Amino acid sequence: MTAMSPAGYELIIEPGRGESNYWRDLWRYRELMYFLAWRDIVVRYKQTAIGVAWALIRPALTMLVFVAFRRLAGIEPSQVPEPILVFAAVIPWQFFSSALTESSGSLVGNANLISKVYFPRLIIPSAAVATAFVDFLITLGFLAALMLGYGVAPGWQILILPLFVLLAFGLSLGLGLFLAALNVEYRDFRYIVPFIVQFGLFVSPIAFTTANIPERWRTLYALNPMVGIIDGFRWSILGGYPPLEPQALGLSVAVTVSLLLLGVRYFRRMERSFADVI
Amino acid sequence: MSDSIIVVENLGKRYTIRHQHERQRYVALRDVLASKLASPLRRFRRGVQPPTPSTEDFWALKDVSFDVKQGEVVGIIGRNGAGKSTLLKILSRITEPTKGRVTLRGRVASLLEVGTGFHPELTGRENILLNGAILGMARAEINRKFDEIVEFAEVEKFLDTPVKRYSSGMYVRLAFAVAAHLEPEILIVDEVLAVGDAQFQKKCLARMSEVAEGGRTVLFVSHNMNAVENLCTKALSLDKGQVQEHGVDVRGIVTRYLGGNNHEESTASVWVNTNNSLNHPVMQPLYFAVENSEGLPLTAPASNNERLFVVIRGDVRQIDPALNMGFALFNQDSEQLLWSLTTDGPEECWPKLERGLVEVRCPLPPRFLNEGSYRMELQCTVHCRDWFVRPEHNSPSIHFEIRGGLSDSPYWIFARPGVLAPEWKWERTR
Repeated sequence: MTAMSPAGYELIIEPGRGESNYWRDLWRYRELMYFLAWRDIVVRYKQTAIGVAWALIRPALTMLVFVAFRRLAGIEPSQVPEPILVFAAVIPWQFFSSALTESSGSLVGNANLISKVYFPRLIIPSAAVATAFVDFLITLGFLAALMLGYGVAPGWQILILPLFVLLAFGLSLGLGLFLAALNVEYRDFRYIVPFIVQFGLFVSPIAFTTANIPERWRTLYALNPMVGIIDGFRWSILGGYPPLEPQALGLSVAVTVSLLLLGVRYFRRMERSFADVI
Repeated sequence: MSDSIIVVENLGKRYTIRHQHERQRYVALRDVLASKLASPLRRFRRGVQPPTPSTEDFWALKDVSFDVKQGEVVGIIGRNGAGKSTLLKILSRITEPTKGRVTLRGRVASLLEVGTGFHPELTGRENILLNGAILGMARAEINRKFDEIVEFAEVEKFLDTPVKRYSSGMYVRLAFAVAAHLEPEILIVDEVLAVGDAQFQKKCLARMSEVAEGGRTVLFVSHNMNAVENLCTKALSLDKGQVQEHGVDVRGIVTRYLGGNNHEESTASVWVNTNNSLNHPVMQPLYFAVENSEGLPLTAPASNNERLFVVIRGDVRQIDPALNMGFALFNQDSEQLLWSLTTDGPEECWPKLERGLVEVRCPLPPRFLNEGSYRMELQCTVHCRDWFVRPEHNSPSIHFEIRGGLSDSPYWIFARPGVLAPEWKWERTR
């Protein structure tokens, strides 16, 4: 909180009045978001023997399994080294899945805070996504090392990567807000989220590329917003390979933006009753 | 009204109680879907009959209005469920009101529970930073006050130890220390003083007065009537969600609150032999009570400096020198504290009993027992021959309670541990 003269400060609490102060408060409490994310990161690796290495082990193993799967299934090797092709897709997926898992459970996990202290609740799931983002940056570093090892250099397309990162962030947050708010009232979502994550791993282009999908199923398949994002990641990391499909990307952007808007709106609507319901 | 820092107008908060799912804190989607699907069917079958209500409205607060001026320390009292916590939750914006309006002319920080957001795995240092942020402090502000907080909490040596290894005392001290260094215009304190050792409590009180003297406003919720009487300049008494009393006569409000409290719980301080029981050939007890100095049985908790008397009336039928009467005193945990009998002193001091109606009384020393609830049981014996009214066997029991009035010392504000709380005199001997 910044110093404010009490004379000029007036706050009115009325039913349904949370709105007007909300975004200003969100800004004022931005440091809290930083601290919550920091707490989650610090706590996660306390009393672990290898600490942050866990952030790498899971995606690395996923990558190895999928590389092996591609070989066994006889999928034709691509023009870039297989580990890099797969890892470029594992990274955004890993970010999305852990962000979704953590943000959807974040409100319930911080119930004691919600019922005791005021702050814009939007901070809690956002901090959870931010926590996952830190792991994402670590895996991105690992990818860079991997590319260096294989001697693969990215092209100019790498400059577009931040946009795809933003898209992944928006999608995780949008869906995370929805699920977090739903989870407060309906704990069923505790069981639905792991299913979404598990199912998504197989319907998203991680072990395969969009080129492996028959043409007539493409639109249906691209409704999964992760398709456009993962394709975008591959495209910008692997120097324009495989080529971008504008339709899939467009759908991805549309779904992400609408999920984010709806997620924020739904969250804001449910937020005022969190403390009573949780 | 313009100098009021808090204005509360017709505030109301409604909760809906679900009867069907009383044991469930959250609903399952399955139930919602099932009831949505079933309801048109039910409506069709029942015609225009209204469905049986499975929910009920409950007003935790109703038409609450009051205002607080800057620098006031307001004690909010009321029984459990009177709406105190709901009021604080609305003021600290944790939950929204259903009706009415609150105007706050200052930033609010609340200590609804100390240690909110403390993470057991984090060290003391890390928790100070985190907790500060949760309570709304800026990082620069936390850093500036860091040393002060550590010193206040007395945890210098354990700053880099995870708080899960702290003793509960250290934990609370650290938590309160962070909160105590907030600088809001309005501080909301709820029951934090219930914890910590006496010395630390004193420190907390000093800090609270400091905050109040610095022109800040404190809302203090407590069941500790001594603390409320000693700290607050104003009191607000709530009952069933409504304001019972509100004003600067803190002592009066506290007394009336305690008085009203006692009417509902039937712990009578008087026993009258209405059904001719305990009929014994030597004596029949008729009346047994703890009375105040006006000769009336207590109806409210007594202050510890009040003069109280135990009064026994009986019908003496035979003069027997071995006849004595008295009582056994038990505390809340049914531990027997003491006996007192008419024949305790030297023989020449015993009350002379005559045939017919006899009344004996024994003054209870003021400032001897501690705060608490007590049970007293009558006893009557023909010494060594016949124990005809025997505690924990057939004896009638009466109850009384001691609240407040522990001492006039500024250093003795809270009930101390222990069964007794005598105020003994100290003098300098050298």
